[in-house]
Amino acid sequence: MLELSGLTLYFHKGSINEVRALSDVNLTIHEGDFITVIGSNGAGKSTLLSALAGSYAPHSGSVTMRGQDITRWPEHKRARFMGRVFQDPLRGTCASLSIAQNMALALRRGKWRGLTRGVTAADRRLFAAEVKKIGLGLESRLDDRIGLLSGGQRQALTLLMATMVRPDLLLLDEHTAALDPKTANQTLLLTEHLVTSQSLTTLMVTHNMNQAIKLGNRLIMLHQGEIILDVAGKAKEELTVNDLLAQFYKVKGEEFSSDKMLLT
Amino acid sequence: MTFFALMGALEQGLVYGIMVLGVYLTFRILDFPDLTVDGSLPLGAAVSAVCITQGMHPALSLLAAMAAGFLAGALTGLLNTKLGILHLLASILTMTALYSVNIRIMGGPNVSLLGVDTVLDPLMRTGLPGYYASPLLFAVLAAAVILALIWFLYTEMGQAMLATGDNRQMITSQGVDTHKVIILGVGLSNALVALAGGLIAQNQGAADVNMGVGTIVAGLASVIVGETVFGNRSLPRAVVAAVVGSIIYRVAIALALGLKIGSFSFTPSDLNLITALLVVVALTAPRLKKRFGKC
Repeated sequence: MLELSGLTLYFHKGSINEVRALSDVNLTIHEGDFITVIGSNGAGKSTLLSALAGSYAPHSGSVTMRGQDITRWPEHKRARFMGRVFQDPLRGTCASLSIAQNMALALRRGKWRGLTRGVTAADRRLFAAEVKKIGLGLESRLDDRIGLLSGGQRQALTLLMATMVRPDLLLLDEHTAALDPKTANQTLLLTEHLVTSQSLTTLMVTHNMNQAIKLGNRLIMLHQGEIILDVAGKAKEELTVNDLLAQFYKVKGEEFSSDKMLLT
Repeated sequence: MTFFALMGALEQGLVYGIMVLGVYLTFRILDFPDLTVDGSLPLGAAVSAVCITQGMHPALSLLAAMAAGFLAGALTGLLNTKLGILHLLASILTMTALYSVNIRIMGGPNVSLLGVDTVLDPLMRTGLPGYYASPLLFAVLAAAVILALIWFLYTEMGQAMLATGDNRQMITSQGVDTHKVIILGVGLSNALVALAGGLIAQNQGAADVNMGVGTIVAGLASVIVGETVFGNRSLPRAVVAAVVGSIIYRVAIALALGLKIGSFSFTPSDLNLITALLVVVALTAPRLKKRFGKC
């Protein structure tokens, strides 16, 4: 469905701080794939997601969506295909607008916005039903400003908003990393529910190896901007944390850094 | 303060209130400090005055003024979004350029409207004295603009504009081109400022290239004073507060100008100093309140 070929992306290109964040990445995402993305800090996980979303323009290579070259498409144009949840719970919603208003903005993702009502009565009925899905009791608080909600509530709403209009591709960028363990777990369960019930094609970046193994049908590991591991199907099901570590040593032949990746 | 001075302040507060609504739109909704207004107010005045002297209907000339203001604002938006110039600097560039443009439009530094019909004349002909006619007309217009702005902000497009000012990443992810929203928003804002400029020119009987000096500071002062006094709990309330702030600001200025301490009194040329001080006080008041509240 979506294909990356030879994608290379630099930060601060031409300066002394030049970093090759993505290095000749080739990846084919199939319809219905739920891919977890792992890798140590600075491996290029978030950059890969941002490059997919169109936040950064690659220096070479191409992004093709259903046969259409979208490499040069800006972020807002790609948004019609993609739902996105960020690591920072504050980035996915507008604090000064109400729950209903935020959801209405998401309901019109990729559509023309004209001079009709921003939130209609029909919208509100839909939102009340949708919000019930996340089970936080927010259906009675549709007119509350989002700024009044907690990070976990905001993240759950962002997740709901990203999937309310079915996205062709759902991008989750360590979306539970900034939450407390309990909330993170709930958010993860919600993620699993939303993704599997609608069989959404999903790319989920995580620091947590167990999470990466447990969720999804495919796992890719990044290191220094390259995909060093790509397992799917049965091989993925049988994967253990030790396997991942062993794979990592084998491919890279270097000491695995003691960063957050091991905090499982 | 005499009754006439009060009516004068009210009239000024209402007509400048339309300008303040424009400043509110950029400063508060879009989070875009826009200095274009110092140039688009006289631009509106110039376009309206020249159109009237060329024989256009005065009401129609206001539409022409709004169109010109929209273009000026859209230019600032373009400089900011497409050329990546810092918003403040982009607006200063447009403002500076408009000084020359305004003189070109008028063919000189000012245009007189004495002896020609303005939008106020039909009202005056009914026998209503001038000191009632202009506040009345401006009140109706300001109310219309308030209603239109509130209506707009609750449309799909208006909501996208609110979101652009609040969280640009969020609204981009929802498929909105924030560049277009900013160009449109700054354009609309300056259309309102130019409308105010046209009305001011028709009211005082002349358009002058220097009449825009201090517009942004007066606008900010009004927005902040309005929020402090009238509140901004809800969006409609915050919009109304902008005009209320404008009226309070003009009354305060009128009071200051009437002040006499011994042989000292303020002159109209002290206006910008007073305004700047007022803005500083209004901006730091919450901070001072916090600090002294602790002691």
